[in-house]
Amino acid sequence: MQQVSINTKDLKKRMYAEQRSLWIKRFFYNKMLVFGSLLLILLGFLVLILPFFIKSDPLVMDTVNRFKAPSSEHWFGTDSYGRDVFSRVIYGGRVSIIIGLAVTLISGFFGLVIGVCSAYYRSLDHILMRFCDGLMAFPAILLAIAIMATMGPNSFNVVIALSIVFTPYVARVVRSSAIVIKEQTYIEALKSQGASAWRILALHIAPNTISPLIIQCTFIFADTILTEAALSFLGAGIPAPEPSWGNILYDGKLAIFNAWWMTAFPGVALLLTVLGLNLFGDGLRDLLDPHTNKAKK
Amino acid sequence: MENDILLEVKNLCTYFSTEKGKLRAVDHISFSVKEKEIVGIVGESGCGKSVTAESIMRLLDEKNLVSYEGEILYKGNNLLSLKKNEMQEVRGKEIAMIFQDPMTSLNPVYTIGNQIVEGILTHQKISKKEAKQKAIDLLRFTEIPSPEKRFDQYPHELSGGMRQRVMIALALACNPKLLIADEPTTALDVTTQSQILDLLNKLKDELNMSTIMITHDLGVVAELCSRVIVMYLGQIIEIANVEDIFDSAQHPYTEGLLNSIPHIDGDRSKKLNVIQGTVPTLDKVPVGCNFAGRCQYATDKCREVEPELKEVMDNHFVKCWNYELIRKTNKEENEIATPY
Amino acid sequence: MQPLIEVKNLKKYFEINNGIGKKKNVVKAIDDVSFTIFKGETYGLVGESGCGKSTTGRTLLKLIEATSGECIYNGKNILQMKNREMAEVRRDFQMVFQDPYSSLNPKKRIGQILEESLIIHKIGDKNSRTEMTLEILKKVGFQEEHYFRYPHEFSGGQRQRIGLARALILNPQLIICDEPVSALDVSIQSQVINLLQEVQKSFDLTYLFIAHDLSVVRHISDRIGVMYLGNIVEEAQTDELFERPLHPYTQALISAVPISHPKQAREKIKLKGEIPSPLNPPSGCVFHTRCPYATEICQSQKPDMRTFSSGRRVACHLVEE
Repeated sequence: MQQVSINTKDLKKRMYAEQRSLWIKRFFYNKMLVFGSLLLILLGFLVLILPFFIKSDPLVMDTVNRFKAPSSEHWFGTDSYGRDVFSRVIYGGRVSIIIGLAVTLISGFFGLVIGVCSAYYRSLDHILMRFCDGLMAFPAILLAIAIMATMGPNSFNVVIALSIVFTPYVARVVRSSAIVIKEQTYIEALKSQGASAWRILALHIAPNTISPLIIQCTFIFADTILTEAALSFLGAGIPAPEPSWGNILYDGKLAIFNAWWMTAFPGVALLLTVLGLNLFGDGLRDLLDPHTNKAKK
Repeated sequence: MENDILLEVKNLCTYFSTEKGKLRAVDHISFSVKEKEIVGIVGESGCGKSVTAESIMRLLDEKNLVSYEGEILYKGNNLLSLKKNEMQEVRGKEIAMIFQDPMTSLNPVYTIGNQIVEGILTHQKISKKEAKQKAIDLLRFTEIPSPEKRFDQYPHELSGGMRQRVMIALALACNPKLLIADEPTTALDVTTQSQILDLLNKLKDELNMSTIMITHDLGVVAELCSRVIVMYLGQIIEIANVEDIFDSAQHPYTEGLLNSIPHIDGDRSKKLNVIQGTVPTLDKVPVGCNFAGRCQYATDKCREVEPELKEVMDNHFVKCWNYELIRKTNKEENEIATPY
Repeated sequence: MQPLIEVKNLKKYFEINNGIGKKKNVVKAIDDVSFTIFKGETYGLVGESGCGKSTTGRTLLKLIEATSGECIYNGKNILQMKNREMAEVRRDFQMVFQDPYSSLNPKKRIGQILEESLIIHKIGDKNSRTEMTLEILKKVGFQEEHYFRYPHEFSGGQRQRIGLARALILNPQLIICDEPVSALDVSIQSQVINLLQEVQKSFDLTYLFIAHDLSVVRHISDRIGVMYLGNIVEEAQTDELFERPLHPYTQALISAVPISHPKQAREKIKLKGEIPSPLNPPSGCVFHTRCPYATEICQSQKPDMRTFSSGRRVACHLVEE
């Protein structure tokens, strides 16, 4: 008896190692995914680690050096108050990415719960989905502005507002794939064994919706950063003087003909992040989709 | 004798370009179909029987997916060298095809009458009224009750058997000479299946059509076909007249297939014969004989050298090194089983 | 022989909503079905699609709630049971499904799939569960290393064997086999049929074998019930049924099976038309619209199930002993 369990442990280890190497191989085969992840890692490093090493404060004003073009001292130049645009873009990126991450996690979690539950319980479905339809009927920005207007602008409220905006999108995607899974025979097999509804939902239906969920989440991440930028740009997001990519762009808009660097650099940073996220999302979809997997095994 | 050959396939290979490389789904097959003959192609899923049919009709995506080798001679013309629009003329007018799932092969937004009339008008220059009359005649020919009423119905209003009849009517629209039927009764119930099989027989008797019947069901073959082609992993491994296949199958795979299905009048106490293992995938085709890995008679020679398809008896072709041995053991078994 | 379960007057009506304000339609999927399955036997339930044979199997497991009727197991009616009581019964009743592809969770390893049943029924601890799983895998012809494989690495026949292992691991009394081989290739079918027969002996199992393929049902079953439009029209010992089918539908069904040899000539009974919709089944005998022998009484009066001396039962006005 003892021997059997040792044997299985060994086997288990070997199998997991094999599985790992297969995943790694598939990952590197997927060029889009590799490029996207590299871009995200690079940006993540710049935005999350760099602030500890750069000396210039993004909030310190220097009225003498207003509207300075990019130079060795100020890599991205200075803005209308003489603040260093480089450090503002880096700090602003931190705010943007943290908000993006928070919104993605929150809306991902609630979207999963709502989606799975409404797929499984038909009576709940009508209520939850009509509610989601209602939320989705408004353009994302308009809804976010409305929520922000009632709650007042600060970064915590931005997270809440955007989570409310994006949860229905996740719930929709999760629900549609959960409905397919619910009809699979293995769910019927579990019911015939007497598994509880909770067990079926949490351990069998939810894990099978993970791939569409993750992919939807990467798009929401990108969307959040853009929407937050738009909110800040419209003055309904992160309040000044705290930098975010959106309100840096807002400040730069006034001087776009005199000081191109104030809009160009945060714009490029935003572009690269969204590009990286979209590449990552598309690549992940290919990686997780069993149909494209068959090709490379 | 030679003149009544309608379709002759010579050394046909069909290749699929996939990520795993170029796969040979159909591997040097040759056979012919005579006029007024029903030929059965039998095999398990993945043996290339459907691909063979689709190759004859040239229905596969030739731009990106498949490439052909060999010849498909229809009335002496090589179908593989025809241009796209020339092939279009052949399809429907000369060769027609029916499929397993009659629901997805009919367009759900048009009435069945509409679809048949359209089929008639694409190849024939007659008035709409004549076409409608012809469509109703076709529906009547396929034994659909009250065809005038059915003419205006949509596919979803009909049962599976009715839809298959409509598909046959549609296939007959332009009086083709050859019908390719790809598992036409697999999705149907037994009582409906037997009606459809009768109908296919009627096509031969009354319209002098030839049929290529693709199926996995040896019972269907026994009912309908006069000659049988057995395929395994893209190759033809045995061709014979239907009685010879059932009485004296020479290839171990054919023999195994025949013994592994329970018969409606067989001995129930006997255990079913089992062909070990499963069909290998196309990217793992073995060296030597394709069936060697699952064959109980396999020798070293089988695993190294591929046998040829050769005529071992009158009109009976087998692709096996050991057919003589197999014939002998079968004979002995039969003698034991029937002592008188 | 001892009866294992007795099904009495089982009915399942589905209501179809035609939208607000419209009349509801009733589909009689199972209309008054009674049968008994004895310990250790294989009871075959055969019929064409839509006859209610699969629904019957599912109501016994309460995957579908029956409209009325009884199913007596160990002296208790399981159709009336509460969930907690039913849990015990579920351990004894297992099911093997038709589709080998969708019946296994693609995200779980084979070992996890099998252990899941043990976890649900709270049997054993982590180690003993693994050992039980390995043992059952060996019984259906797998090796230890298959424990860690995913379903997509297996072929259809192998998956069906895994499905059978999932049913066997709880050491059940009854396995409901719902078309277990109809999705498989012919050469694979015999592997699964043989395995079903082997484990029946070694585990002392009772089968309810549901299928549309008469040859397969005949091969594996001891007794057979023939269903048509939600009714059992005939029930008999297998050999009796095939040698001397009494009900006109059974006769037609058997004669429609393709011959097993081209030289064989069998007289075919041609049925008129197709199976009527269960939405409005015919009055009287459900088969009268297609029956070659139908008389007036068949149209107006539904025949009772009559038991003959040999124990076979037929629901037909015209059959005399």
